[in-house]
Amino acid sequence: MEENHKPEPEKATEKPKASNRRDFLKNLGLVGVGAATGAAALYSGHIFEAKKEGSGQSKILLTQDNKLVSVDSLEIKALEKPPAELLQSEGREGISGRRWVMVIDLSKCRNARQCIHACQEAHELRPEQYHMNTLQMQDNPDAAPYHMPKNCQHCDNPPCVAVCPVDATYKRQDGIVLIDNERCIGCRFCMAACPYSARIFNWLEPKDAEKYQDQLYNVELNVPQKLGTISKCLFSADHCREGKLPYCVSACPNGVYYFGDENEDAVTNGTTKETVRFSKLLRDNGGYQLMPELGTKPRVYYLPPKNRLFPFEKPKDELI
Amino acid sequence: MDDRNLTFDKISNDLAHHIRINKGFLIWMGFLTVALLVCLYAYIIQLRSGLGVAGIRDYVSWGLYISNFVFFVAASLVGMLISGVLGLIGMKWVTPLTRFAETIAVAFAAVAGLVIVSDMGRPDRLAYVFLYGRFQSPILWDVTVVTTYFTLSLLLLFLPLIPDMALLYKKEKVIPAWLKPVYRILSLNWSNQPAQNKIIHRSIRILLILLIPAALSIHTVTSWLFAFTSRAGWDSSIFGPYFVTGAFVAGSAAVIIAMYFYRNNYKLRDYITDLHFNNMGKVLVLVSLVYLYFNINEFLVPGYKLKRGDAIHLYELLAGHHAFLFWTIQLGGLVIPCLLMLFRRFRRPLPLTLISVVVLIAAWFKRYIIVVPTQEHPFLPIQHVPHNFIHYSPTLTESLITIGPMILVLMIITLISKFFPVIPLYETAVEKGIENIHPD
Repeated sequence: MEENHKPEPEKATEKPKASNRRDFLKNLGLVGVGAATGAAALYSGHIFEAKKEGSGQSKILLTQDNKLVSVDSLEIKALEKPPAELLQSEGREGISGRRWVMVIDLSKCRNARQCIHACQEAHELRPEQYHMNTLQMQDNPDAAPYHMPKNCQHCDNPPCVAVCPVDATYKRQDGIVLIDNERCIGCRFCMAACPYSARIFNWLEPKDAEKYQDQLYNVELNVPQKLGTISKCLFSADHCREGKLPYCVSACPNGVYYFGDENEDAVTNGTTKETVRFSKLLRDNGGYQLMPELGTKPRVYYLPPKNRLFPFEKPKDELI
Repeated sequence: MDDRNLTFDKISNDLAHHIRINKGFLIWMGFLTVALLVCLYAYIIQLRSGLGVAGIRDYVSWGLYISNFVFFVAASLVGMLISGVLGLIGMKWVTPLTRFAETIAVAFAAVAGLVIVSDMGRPDRLAYVFLYGRFQSPILWDVTVVTTYFTLSLLLLFLPLIPDMALLYKKEKVIPAWLKPVYRILSLNWSNQPAQNKIIHRSIRILLILLIPAALSIHTVTSWLFAFTSRAGWDSSIFGPYFVTGAFVAGSAAVIIAMYFYRNNYKLRDYITDLHFNNMGKVLVLVSLVYLYFNINEFLVPGYKLKRGDAIHLYELLAGHHAFLFWTIQLGGLVIPCLLMLFRRFRRPLPLTLISVVVLIAAWFKRYIIVVPTQEHPFLPIQHVPHNFIHYSPTLTESLITIGPMILVLMIITLISKFFPVIPLYETAVEKGIENIHPD
């Protein structure tokens, strides 16, 4: 990688280096603010120094992702910032260079609702609380009905973010709209402003609140859910950070979902794991957005429900 | 009343004799306190368990509390109509009514803030609005203008009271002894000097002028909380004036009710006469007609085009789920009162007061009809949720938490009107042409 046998642009050689350093930090369980700040650079330099010398004494430590690691005792330093604050600052900024998009192929959905279950499991939601919901739609009396998975559209011009009085809901550089449940005052103006009914509210104590009470709050996962605050689809921001597909996308048995990065012009199907050109997928299949006339610029695209793979069956669920 | 035989002594006795603690006051305040404690208990239940004790859910997420908030802001607007508009254009007959109007304005504006807190999912984070406030959000605008309007109204209540208090505390046996020190401090050493009167007069004028844009702002911004969304029923460019004119209707009705009550209970028949009722009746007809005009615009314009969302919304209001409430409010609370009040006999004190009570109740339900139905039909269908998510019905706890602020308003109005003259003493004396205005 370091050898210059190929005239690669500077950017390409820098990227893996940055991610190595990140992995390194993660394995040690010593988490700094990141390579972005000068302080962090000095800090990691210090670690490198210590590593070279070594004290000969090592300690076994448990990292945040539950891995046991051996660390030289000289390398153990108090964290500059507690992890809760790190989760917050990372969660506010987003992942640089990415512009996440989702494509939902309506011709493949047969309302298996696996996406919903995976999502509710990950985000500790009650059965009637949906980040992702499949709606039974019929555009006009003569058209055939179809199932439409509907989540937060992660609008580029989000009405919810505009009206939030305390900056609790915000738009990140990677296109994701998130909610900080530790900031939200529960005024529900964002719910009123959202034309997609994407937002839910914790009206009462969240599900299994006692079980999760000691859990560290993760703004990229909205867990633990907090009483009196808003929640909604996060495009599985925590999975995006780990390079995984969102919970709903990988849970779908029917290949409905594609998820990826608009900057790379590539989206991956959650079921087949096939990666295709995002622009070509939309172009070839007549991709569209929900209610584009409202000017919200959604980041979720739909492929029309033509040539459907499954006959439409009206769902029988007790919640209706 | 024969103005020629009027002395300052008589006026001050007439206007201040009610300032004392009597049995009726104690019973009334005791009743209000008990009722408030019950409502407070309901709020404690909500604090413990969350907003879910109310009937609001994910789709209809603004219910009684927000309707109540809009009503409170609306009712507080009358201070600007009576003192600001009518006062500034030189209508002398409004002088005895200005203090009612300002008292109502102060009470409703002060409590409106509490109503909003009762709708917050996390009232413990109220300070975040100031710590992390984003000025892009209309909620911040609302906080700013409501606070401004409250401050202006409080000053407008206070400044004309300065001469009154100064004149009264020096008089023998008019006000209770324990109240005299309070009056003395609050009256800021006023002694009827021309320089002092000039300052007060100018300050009041400046406040009245400032009050008009502030009042227009509070209700316009409140209407924007709805009009800034794309939802059918709220997505309206006339929501500002629609709300403001509606507010004048509610506020005028509230002032008429207060007039009737104090005229009888405080024996002020010589000061609040049939003429005042007649004139206030005319004011109510005028503001109702303007409001009716905005109603026609608000419903006919989308009704002619019937865009999909508007069609569903209008159907639900005019012939669907909310039809009974809608027509009762529009006909019983606006059109019929307006027609009746065209006749002089319905502008007499008692009929006008009864009409005003109906108008005021209808005005509260009108806020409900503006806030709730729109949320029942969002752009995308409501599916796979429990029944109580689809149809909103307020709970008992929620109703009590809604009634609580109303009780608080009554308490504030009762206290202000019990311990201060309800009709401006000094201004009345000046207008009656009494030369010799002095305390003894």
